[in-house]
Amino acid sequence: MVVRSNRPGFRRWLAAVIVAAPLALLAGCTLKEYPQSSLNPHSDYAWIIQHLLNQLVFWVLIIFTLVQVLLIYTVLRFRNRPGAPEPEPVHGNTALEIAWTVAPAIILALIAVPTVMAIFKTQGAAPKDALEIKVVGHQWWWEFQYPSLGITTASEMHVPVNKAVVMDIETADVIHSFWFPVVGGKRDAVPNHTNHLFFTADSIGTFPGQCAELCGISHANMRMKLFVQSASDFDAWAASQKLPPNEPDSTTLAGRGKQEFANGACVGCHTINGLSEGTIGPNLTHFGSRTSIAGATYENNTDNLAKWVAAPDKRKPGTLMLNLGLNPDQVTALVAYLQSLK
Amino acid sequence: MATTVATAHAPAESQTGLWSWITTVDHKRIGAMYGTTAFIFFLIGGIEALLIRIQLMKPENTFIGPDVFNQLFTMHGTTMIFLAIMPLSASFFNFMIPLMIGARDVAFPRLNAFSYWVYLFGAIFLNLSFVLGGAPNTGWFGYSNLTSTQYAPGHGVDFWAIGLQILGVASLAAAFNFIVTIVNLRAPGMKMMRMPPFVWMTLVTSFLIIFAFPVITVALVFLLFDRFTGTNFFVPAAGADPLLWQHLFWLFGHPEVYILILPAMGIVSEVLPTFSRKPLFGYPVVVYSGIFIGFMGWGVWSHHMFSVGLGPLADSFFAITTMMIAIPTAVKIFNWIATMWGGRLELKTAMLFSLGFIALFTMGGLSGFMHASPPADLQQTDTYFVVAHIHYVLFGGAIMGIFSGLYYWFPKMTGRLLNEGLGKVHFWSTLIAMNLTFFPMHFVGLLGMPRRVYTYAPGMGFDTMNMMSTVGALLLALSVLVFVINFLASIRGGKVAGNDPWGGASLEWAIPSPPPAYNFASLPEVHSLDPLWHKESREAALASNQMRGPIHMPPNSHWPMFSAFGMTLMMSGMIFGWFVGIPGLLIMLFSIYSWAFEPCA
Repeated sequence: MVVRSNRPGFRRWLAAVIVAAPLALLAGCTLKEYPQSSLNPHSDYAWIIQHLLNQLVFWVLIIFTLVQVLLIYTVLRFRNRPGAPEPEPVHGNTALEIAWTVAPAIILALIAVPTVMAIFKTQGAAPKDALEIKVVGHQWWWEFQYPSLGITTASEMHVPVNKAVVMDIETADVIHSFWFPVVGGKRDAVPNHTNHLFFTADSIGTFPGQCAELCGISHANMRMKLFVQSASDFDAWAASQKLPPNEPDSTTLAGRGKQEFANGACVGCHTINGLSEGTIGPNLTHFGSRTSIAGATYENNTDNLAKWVAAPDKRKPGTLMLNLGLNPDQVTALVAYLQSLK
Repeated sequence: MATTVATAHAPAESQTGLWSWITTVDHKRIGAMYGTTAFIFFLIGGIEALLIRIQLMKPENTFIGPDVFNQLFTMHGTTMIFLAIMPLSASFFNFMIPLMIGARDVAFPRLNAFSYWVYLFGAIFLNLSFVLGGAPNTGWFGYSNLTSTQYAPGHGVDFWAIGLQILGVASLAAAFNFIVTIVNLRAPGMKMMRMPPFVWMTLVTSFLIIFAFPVITVALVFLLFDRFTGTNFFVPAAGADPLLWQHLFWLFGHPEVYILILPAMGIVSEVLPTFSRKPLFGYPVVVYSGIFIGFMGWGVWSHHMFSVGLGPLADSFFAITTMMIAIPTAVKIFNWIATMWGGRLELKTAMLFSLGFIALFTMGGLSGFMHASPPADLQQTDTYFVVAHIHYVLFGGAIMGIFSGLYYWFPKMTGRLLNEGLGKVHFWSTLIAMNLTFFPMHFVGLLGMPRRVYTYAPGMGFDTMNMMSTVGALLLALSVLVFVINFLASIRGGKVAGNDPWGGASLEWAIPSPPPAYNFASLPEVHSLDPLWHKESREAALASNQMRGPIHMPPNSHWPMFSAFGMTLMMSGMIFGWFVGIPGLLIMLFSIYSWAFEPCA
């Protein structure tokens, strides 16, 4: 049923035309235009998927073309025209029917083998020297812990380039799904389960990701960012994250903000090392070093932060962060303090 | 309750008035009520889809908020599956099966009425949630533990769970009824392998229903216990594994997909031979493929769960079983094309929709093949790629098949033809709008847009394709409007059809359109698979229009409706309180008692 030839040159040419043409079109969709694309692999894991997808697309396009051309040709050729002969009452043809049972079976075998190989390759044991990151899904933000480095952060995951990382994925409440398309497929965070995912990122850059499993009202706002950094940049980041939090002078605006934070309800939910131990919301020890806030939904700048602290529910529907009814002075002070936590 | 005795001079269809519809046990009237009700819910589900599309037409749109959005996509899915496609199929089962097998009615006419009324009341109950504190908002799949009282306070999830239980009763009763009808009431000489393919697919679908619905029933009972009595079937804090829900749900949910698509495949297998003037190519293989699809549908449920981390062995197993389903599906498609090969194709609207079914269902099948491969699926699952896939299967497949069946059997049902000109406008506008709506979703999904998000950021590259989908959805609404106009105009003013407007092969074309209440004046004898296409068997079939004595038809009864009403009331008491539930229970018990002792001659 499929155009086949023993000449490897011909097959390669066919594959090139059939796969490369549409994929080139999609690959033309660069990360600049489509930052969350699953078709621009930037890790070993994502490449395994991409190779498999190429094979799938190859067969799918052949079958698609075959069926649609056959269908349209049949309709045009045998449409009722004046003088068309009375059809022969054919009831079937065993040889033909066996042929089109076996042909799909062969194609399926051809795709099942690489599929199973890819499954075992991507779900086996992670490389031993892989950097471990514990990922915890919360309604509606992601927490990232680096147990070997003693770092806890939120919404922004940093990994070194060309080094294996393994994620232990858990949830604090409902099911979420961890997904950075550029580095590979998604993996759910399921209560009472710890799932694993590992990859080695192969290019430096910043890539968006987001929760892929319906997890409640602000599911759409449960976003995150992946920073793939050079080894030295990553080490520098890790070193800065391990430092104790900035201690602003109590006479400055930031110092007043610290007082507001320490005396207010903030401490119930947020940790700032040495100051508070709340675990419901993100760890804020180095909040000022992050580029985004509120589950990577908004850029981390003074304006956004002020609006967020003043009325979180207006910026992110359903958020568990309380509207504390702060006055503008308190907001300004808190913003100054949070931004000082580099 | 007098027995209706029909004679050649006094046919029984002279009943009119609202009460005659409420008490009817005539499979044709019940079929018409199923069809009308389901089509209204198809329109409601469509409006929900339009609101979703308007919200998503541009990034950061504020047309509707996230809470309403989640309610809309939950109700869109639930409505289209349980309140539109399934009952539209049931409408064809009801109207056509007795006619196609040469029977006077279904095996249990009053149970048949009961199924319809339970469906109607269950559907109304489910939709009441919109005005009684908010519709369910956890998706049509209702993944635990998002459905727990902790994360879903309020009654939305209760309406959903109880509503599905009520609807399950309707589906189960109907499925048992059709199995018994098909097995026992076939005309003399109609062996199993002489049944029209649509009858076969109805039989397979009915078996799928009676095995699949108990599974979801158990899951929903667990959920309702959790929500109403504080048990911990799905409460992780008490050590529960929420994946239990996913296994139970998809063990039901995947056969459910075939419950939705097999009837449409049956319709296509009727329409193609008729308009090709050629018998179905490889009838036994088409039938066995349908059975094989139904059977294999039980071994693939975890392909909905590749991302939950079942381990490489389970993923490999379910990948291979899922791919195997592609084989009978491919066989069917090639057999359909071979049916047309060498034929004389009359491209009537019914035929066009069947051709559309083949073209679009193939695309849905191929995208399904793409996520049968777990590593690829891990990029595709929970994105718009899967939204594209299910709509090619359920709109391009099930709905196109249902429209094909409507154009094909409308003349039999009403005695009049649907307008062919408007029908062709309807077909081409549906085909174009459908592809405009759903084709871009493949790409927006692969480019990283998750499903079930009420908003997306600008600069992600999602804008243009979402706008295309929204424009397509609005066009799709217009194409449905064309059908509605055609339907309303043709039902009164359409061309008179006569017994057999298409030159069909099966028994329903031997009798008048619309058929008399008793269908066949005397039971036909069947000598072949295509009785009306063979000289002798055609005469035998047409002889069934000759009256050979009085006909006993079952009397009307209002107890099925009251039983259904009482049952719905009883179950809604879980939400509204004992003062609704207890009267409901009493009405139900009294009605069932009266039903059981009703003289039925």
